[in-house]
Amino acid sequence: MYVAVKGGERAIGNAHAFLAEERRGDPGVAELSVAQIREQLRLAVNRVMAEGSLYDPDLAALAIKQARGDLIEAVFLIRAYRTTLPRFGGSVPVETGQMAVVRRVSATFKDLPGGQVLGPTFDYTHRLLDFKLAAEGEVPVAPMALASGGPVPHVMAMLDRDGLIEQEPQGAAVPPDLTREPLEMPAGRPLRLQALARGDEGFVLSMAYSTQRGYGRTHAFVGELRIGAVAVEMEIPELGFAVEIGEIELTECETVNQFKGSKTEPAQFTRGYGLVLGQSERKAIAMSLVDRALRWEELGEDFTGAPAQDAEFVLYHCDNIQATGFLEHIKLPHYVDFQAELELVRRLRAEALGQAEAAE
Amino acid sequence: MSDQAYNFAYLDEQTKRMIRRAILKGIAVPGYQVPFASREMPMPYGWGTGGVQVTAACLVPEDQLKVIDQGADDTTNAVSIRAFFQRVAGVAVTGATAEATLIQTRHRIPEVPLRAGQILVYQVPIPEPLRFLEPRESETRKMHELEEYGLMHVKLYEDIARHGAIATSYAYPVKVEGRYVMDPSPIPKFDNPKLAGCAAIQLFGAGREQRIYALPPFCDVVSLDFEDHPFVASKADHDCDLCGAGDSYLDEVIVDDAGGRMFVCSDTDFCASRHAAGQRGRLAPLTEGGL
Repeated sequence: MYVAVKGGERAIGNAHAFLAEERRGDPGVAELSVAQIREQLRLAVNRVMAEGSLYDPDLAALAIKQARGDLIEAVFLIRAYRTTLPRFGGSVPVETGQMAVVRRVSATFKDLPGGQVLGPTFDYTHRLLDFKLAAEGEVPVAPMALASGGPVPHVMAMLDRDGLIEQEPQGAAVPPDLTREPLEMPAGRPLRLQALARGDEGFVLSMAYSTQRGYGRTHAFVGELRIGAVAVEMEIPELGFAVEIGEIELTECETVNQFKGSKTEPAQFTRGYGLVLGQSERKAIAMSLVDRALRWEELGEDFTGAPAQDAEFVLYHCDNIQATGFLEHIKLPHYVDFQAELELVRRLRAEALGQAEAAE
Repeated sequence: MSDQAYNFAYLDEQTKRMIRRAILKGIAVPGYQVPFASREMPMPYGWGTGGVQVTAACLVPEDQLKVIDQGADDTTNAVSIRAFFQRVAGVAVTGATAEATLIQTRHRIPEVPLRAGQILVYQVPIPEPLRFLEPRESETRKMHELEEYGLMHVKLYEDIARHGAIATSYAYPVKVEGRYVMDPSPIPKFDNPKLAGCAAIQLFGAGREQRIYALPPFCDVVSLDFEDHPFVASKADHDCDLCGAGDSYLDEVIVDDAGGRMFVCSDTDFCASRHAAGQRGRLAPLTEGGL
């Protein structure tokens, strides 16, 4: 017989204890350290930093450990922590042109100042399971060369000099911030880029892919993809000048997109832009394609109804923490609402069956 | 036992101030959805982050907090949110509706009428009553601005044409002070009449959707209907099997695998109070302390 349910508190406590035990797994197997995750699962750490909007590899590694490898859960932990941090101010814009690149490739020019630098890429690996990794072993030391030290200018700047690519006017001194102000439509490009930079990699990837398959096609070439460390500088009011406060790793992608001209603009190349914390190449390329697709209005292109052109659709659905929360909340109790629906369906059925009987 | 690492009620004072401004604006313009810079909370979106932020912004150390989910104080998420505020604000908690100064709720309004000085905070999943008629926020905001609610009336009319009745049983839309159409959150329409003329302040928080709205005390709130199809607040056609109440909203509980059912008050405090006062329903346990 049912009596009013009690015991939620104890059930929650027990569930948490069970979870902690499952997280640890077999105690006969050595425990993962945060440093191991940070060093050996670095791309996972990068994704958590990017989508968590917080550059801290140690905290991201801790979040991955706590989340049992569920990266969206780890992003959530980082976001929830980030909210509690005080905001001292904004940095000056980072100079990606001054980046100490570990990787830099251009798909539009065979060779260019600064050269093509492959860096640590999966691109030309054969995807054969390496059973040697299953056994423990030392990795041979990779060959080293000194950095050229020469400048690595942006490809876009070279196109810009020839007037072949659209001019990008200087934006506002202080960009908008959707973590401090509610996202409101229409959203300008800086706000769209911020949303995409912290958006779900899978979502942004699929949106970008859809443009390649014809849903809002923009004919993108990767003008340049660069990964490396940049200095972060901040103006200190008491000093009156900017000082370097640290260094972060970034992935930047600039696409060159075909543009045949519109009612208002002559034929020229146009830009898509992606910038992501850490080494997150897939995300940066995808972001630049989606950025370009969302720019249809300012470039005088037609809205073809493609999802990737629709800023409301993209921006309101790219955040995986919002999406997963709302999706998963339907497992919470809804019996009050369901009861109301039960009554309604029963009443409608009774009326319909009553009418059917009366008609016979 | 408060967690010293966090500010009182978790949010920093700047954020609370921002939320309070949104609340005040909401009270000044009843039923209008005020955008606010919702923060990421340590519980997921969909678990009541909007309500939690509104509660955090309203709480003072002297408060007596009650948290209910589906009318019950002991559902897991209500337990979890209550424990959160005990931890980060150290406030007193209660299950008694009459004793509480601030009640956070999901999907129900308590059966006992609220009094002046109380605050009822609703958790809201989709604050926009027009959302399922028009998915675009830019469009729905315009529709509210222009008081263009024809689409909603057409939807209700189509319900009647198709089903003979308005086929909305919860989150039933209301019009506030003759101006804004508002989503009362997914409360059963049984609760809609309690929205109007309520002595307490009613605040609605939607975290993921970044909106706050409000009903000041004694507000005029009308459930949308037609003259020839008036609004009816419906519930299961039973009395509570535990306390015998005939006028409370009931949950249906399946008690065996042969179609056996019992109906019990969804408001557990209401049911337990009646039980304590000696009221008994059809299937009330004979032993004392069964509730």
